[in-house]
Amino acid sequence: MPVSLTVNGTSHSVDLPDDVPLLWVLRDALGLTGTKYGCGVAACGACTVQIDGEAVRSCQIALADVQGDVTTIEGLGTPDALAVIQQAWSDHQVAQCGYCQSGQIMQAAALLAQTPDPSDEEIDIAMQGNLCRCGTYPRIRAAIHSAAQMMPAPMKKEG
Amino acid sequence: MASIGKIARRSFLIGSAALVGGVAFGAYYVSRPAPNPLSAPKGGATLNPFVMIAPSGITLIAPKAEMGQGVHTTWAALIAEELDVDLDQVRVLHGPPAQAYYNSVILAEALPGKGYDRSDFAHALAEQIGKIGKVMDMQVTGGSTSMPDGFERMRATGASARETLKQVAATRLGVERASLKTERGAVIAPDGSRIPYADLAVDAAKLTPIEADLRPPAQWRLLGKTQPRIDMLGKVTGTAKYGIDTRLEGMKFAALRMNPHLGGRMTKFDDSAARAMPGVDRVVNLGNGLAVIASNTWLAMQAVDAIDIDWAPSPNPADTKAVFERITAAFDGAANSTLRDDGDVSVLPLGAQEVTAEYRVPYLAHATMEPMSATALFTGIKLEVWSGNQVPLLVRKACAEAVGLEPEAVELHTTYMGGGFGRRAELDFSVYAARVAFEIADTPVQLTWSREEDMRHDFYRPGAVARFRGGIKEGKLVLLDGQIAAQSATQQAMGRWLGLPAAGPDRGTVDGAFNQPYAIPNFRIRGYLADLDIPVGFWRSVGSSMNGFLFDCFIDEMAHVAKRDPLAFRLELAQGVHAPSAAVLEAVRDMSGWSEETPEGIGRGVGFCYSFGVPTATVIEVTDRDGQIEITRAWIAADVGTALDPGNLEAQLSGAMIYGLSAACFGEITFAEGAVEQENFPDYEALRIHTTPVTKVRILENQTQITGAGEPGTPPAMAALANALFDLTGTRARQLPLMHGFDLMT
Ligand code: FES
Ligand code: FES
Repeated sequence: MPVSLTVNGTSHSVDLPDDVPLLWVLRDALGLTGTKYGCGVAACGACTVQIDGEAVRSCQIALADVQGDVTTIEGLGTPDALAVIQQAWSDHQVAQCGYCQSGQIMQAAALLAQTPDPSDEEIDIAMQGNLCRCGTYPRIRAAIHSAAQMMPAPMKKEG
Repeated sequence: MASIGKIARRSFLIGSAALVGGVAFGAYYVSRPAPNPLSAPKGGATLNPFVMIAPSGITLIAPKAEMGQGVHTTWAALIAEELDVDLDQVRVLHGPPAQAYYNSVILAEALPGKGYDRSDFAHALAEQIGKIGKVMDMQVTGGSTSMPDGFERMRATGASARETLKQVAATRLGVERASLKTERGAVIAPDGSRIPYADLAVDAAKLTPIEADLRPPAQWRLLGKTQPRIDMLGKVTGTAKYGIDTRLEGMKFAALRMNPHLGGRMTKFDDSAARAMPGVDRVVNLGNGLAVIASNTWLAMQAVDAIDIDWAPSPNPADTKAVFERITAAFDGAANSTLRDDGDVSVLPLGAQEVTAEYRVPYLAHATMEPMSATALFTGIKLEVWSGNQVPLLVRKACAEAVGLEPEAVELHTTYMGGGFGRRAELDFSVYAARVAFEIADTPVQLTWSREEDMRHDFYRPGAVARFRGGIKEGKLVLLDGQIAAQSATQQAMGRWLGLPAAGPDRGTVDGAFNQPYAIPNFRIRGYLADLDIPVGFWRSVGSSMNGFLFDCFIDEMAHVAKRDPLAFRLELAQGVHAPSAAVLEAVRDMSGWSEETPEGIGRGVGFCYSFGVPTATVIEVTDRDGQIEITRAWIAADVGTALDPGNLEAQLSGAMIYGLSAACFGEITFAEGAVEQENFPDYEALRIHTTPVTKVRILENQTQITGAGEPGTPPAMAALANALFDLTGTRARQLPLMHGFDLMT
C-alpha cells in the first residue's frame, strides 16, 4: 500500500515495503540524491536529514516510522539561493570531496536552530557522529561559528 | 643514451614493472600529438583538447579525477590565467577518456632515482617515459602529479588559444596582433571596443595554433591566489553529482556479494528465497560472487543477504599472523632493490654504538566516504558507463573487454568522486557494473557496494615489516642499514592495468626511506618483496605511507640514543644535502615554539618525510587528560615549489595529515580464514571533529620544481604522533595502529 511522505514541503506517495529505510526512499524512489549513503549503520552521518527540525540518520528510520515533515539538503537552499549556513560553508571553502557535507550541514543546521551560538565543546558534541574522510573538520568548525554570527536572531530557529 | 625505440623494444624498466616491448615504439609515434577528442560545440569551436568556445559560453576541460583535491579548479585556473578568462565565466568538465589527456609525470615517479638530486640524465629519461605514458593510455590522476603535469602544458594551451583568437581579430580589424589586448573572454581593440571570444572561435580553429611565451609569475591574476572552488556550490547544496548519484530513466539498482575469502571462488548457491523477495528482478552470477538487480538498492542488499552461498577457501595464508610470517620470510631471500647504498654498512665504525629495531605496519583500507559504485547501460552494440575513476582509458578498455565490445563502443562518463585516495585507480567496480548491465540489456543499472563489501574487497595498503640497524658515534648518526619487506602494490597494479609482467627494483616498497635527504655516511636501504597475493594497491602516499612511519620513527629513536634533540638531529642530517628540507624543519620548529623539554602532561614529536618531491615536516602535540591521550595541536610545513592555490594547499595538507593520523591511531585490516575481519566504520575508526588537533600550516616555495600536495601531508603525520607519544610516555611505538599500545581519546 502506498505510503505518503512530505519532503521539503512536497508530498509524495511511495510504493515500497514498510521497512525500506528513509535514505533509500529519498535516493532511489524520489531521486533526491543529495542525501548520501556512507555506512548504513548510524556510524558516519552522511545520511543525515531533519524530521520536524531534528537531525536524524535516515539510514536508520524505516519508511513506516517516518512521522513528520522531512527536510533534506535540497530543501535547505539552492545554488542560486543559499541558506545562511550554506553561505558560511562556501565562504570557508569547506568541502573537499564533499560527499559527507550534506550530512554535516543538516546536522549543523539542527545544532544552530537549538543553540544559536555554540561553543567549541557544543560543536564537538553535536558533530562527532559525522565522519569526514577528507578531514575538513577545522573548516566545518569555523563555518559553524561564522554561520552563528551571520544569522539574524529570529532566523536561527529555521537554521 | 639509447634511443627510446631501442629501449622499448628490449624491455622498458619502469620502477618495478618491466614493460616488455612487443610493440616497437618509434620516436615519432611516441611524440606525435594525440588527436583532439572534442567535437565542436554548437555555433562554436574547440581550439585544442582543453578549450571549447561557443556563444553559450566557454568550457575548459580538466581531464583529472576530482576526488576532493580541488584539481578541477586549479587546472582550470592554469588555462584561464593565460587565456584571460575568469573562473566565474567558465564551465569546467572532466571530458571523455582520451590519449590527449595522458599524464606525462606519473610513470617518471615510478623510476628509480632519489628525486631531490634528479640529474640531467634522469630528467631526460623521465621525459621519454612521459611520452611512452601517452601511448600506454596513462590518463591517470594520482601520485600528486596533476600540477607538475599541467603547470606548463595548460598555461601554454591557454596562451596559444589567446594568441590565435587575437590573430583572427587582428586580421579582421587590419591591425597588428600585438596592438590588441585580452580580458574576461574578449579581445580589446585599440579603440577600446570588445570582441567576445565566441565571435572569433570558429575562425581561430582554422588557423595553425600560435605559440606564445608564458607570463612571469609577477603578472599572474589567478595563480598564486586562493580561488573559490568551482565545485563548492554543488557540494554545499547537495546538487553535485557523484557516481552513486547517477539517475537515468528506467534505471534499476543492484547490490553484490563477492567471496570474502579473498581470491576464492564460489562453489554453489541457493537464491530461491532472494528471487522471491520484493522488488527483485534477477540474480547475476559473477563467478566469485553474485549481484542482485532490484527496484531499490536497499531491497537488492537485503536479497543479497538472503542468498545461501558456499564459498571456496582463500589461497592466501589464513590469518594475520601467518600473513606477517610470509612477509618476514621475504628477508630470507634476495633483496629486490638496493636503491641506496652509500659508504660501507658492513662494519660498524670504531667506537660507534649499535642499535637494532624491528617495526611493522598493518594492511589498510582506503574507506572512501562514497562506497564503490558505478552505473552502466548495455545495448548490444554500445556500452555507456558512469563511474568516478582515476584511470578513464583503462576503465573504458576493461569494460569493453568485459562485455565483448571494442573500446570505441564504450562511452565513459567520469563523475565527481566521494574520495579516491588511490582506490578509484582500480577497475573492478566499473567492470562489475558493466557485467551486471550486460545481463539486462537496454536497462540502465546502478551497482552500489555496501560499506561492508567496500571494506572487505579493497586493494589494501600493504602491511610491512622493517628491520633497522643504526650506529651512533659522538652524537651523530654514522650508519643506517634498513631492510623493508612488503608486497609490491606497483607490480600488482601494473598487472591489473596493463597486463604487464612484473620485474625490476620496486621503488614503492622503499619510497620514503631510500630517498630521504639525509647525510648519513654509511647508508643502505634494501627492499624485499613478500610472496603473497592479497589484493594491494595505491593508498594515499603509497610507499611513503609505510616508510614515513617506519623510517622516521627509527631516526627519532636514534636521536634519543644520541641524546640529541630530535628536531635538531634531523635538521643536521638534512643541512648540506637538501636546503628546502632543512627549511621545512626550521619552519615547524619556529611555528610550534619547539623546545627540548615539554611540560608535564604534554608530549611533542616531529616527523619528516620527503615524498612526491615535497619535503614535509609535522609537529604533533599530545596531552594527557587523566590517563586518556588527546591529540591537541599540529603544525605542518611543506615546500611545494610554487603555491598555485594557497587555500587549497592548506586544506590538502591538513586533510592528508588527518587521513594519516586516522590510520596511525585506529587503522588496521586483519585477516581470519583469508577474509578481512573489518566490515564498517565501527571496526575502522578515524579522527572525528572532537579528536582532530588545532592545526597550522605553512607553505614554503624554496624548491624550483612545482609539485602537487594531495599526498605528502600523510606520511610525516603518523611518525610525528608516535614520536610525540614517546615524548609523553617513554614508550616507543614500533607498530601501528597506536590504539593497541596507548589509551587514545575516541
Ligand atoms: S549512512 Fe546513515 S549514518 Fe552512515
Ligand atoms: S569532504 Fe570528503 S568526506 Fe568530507
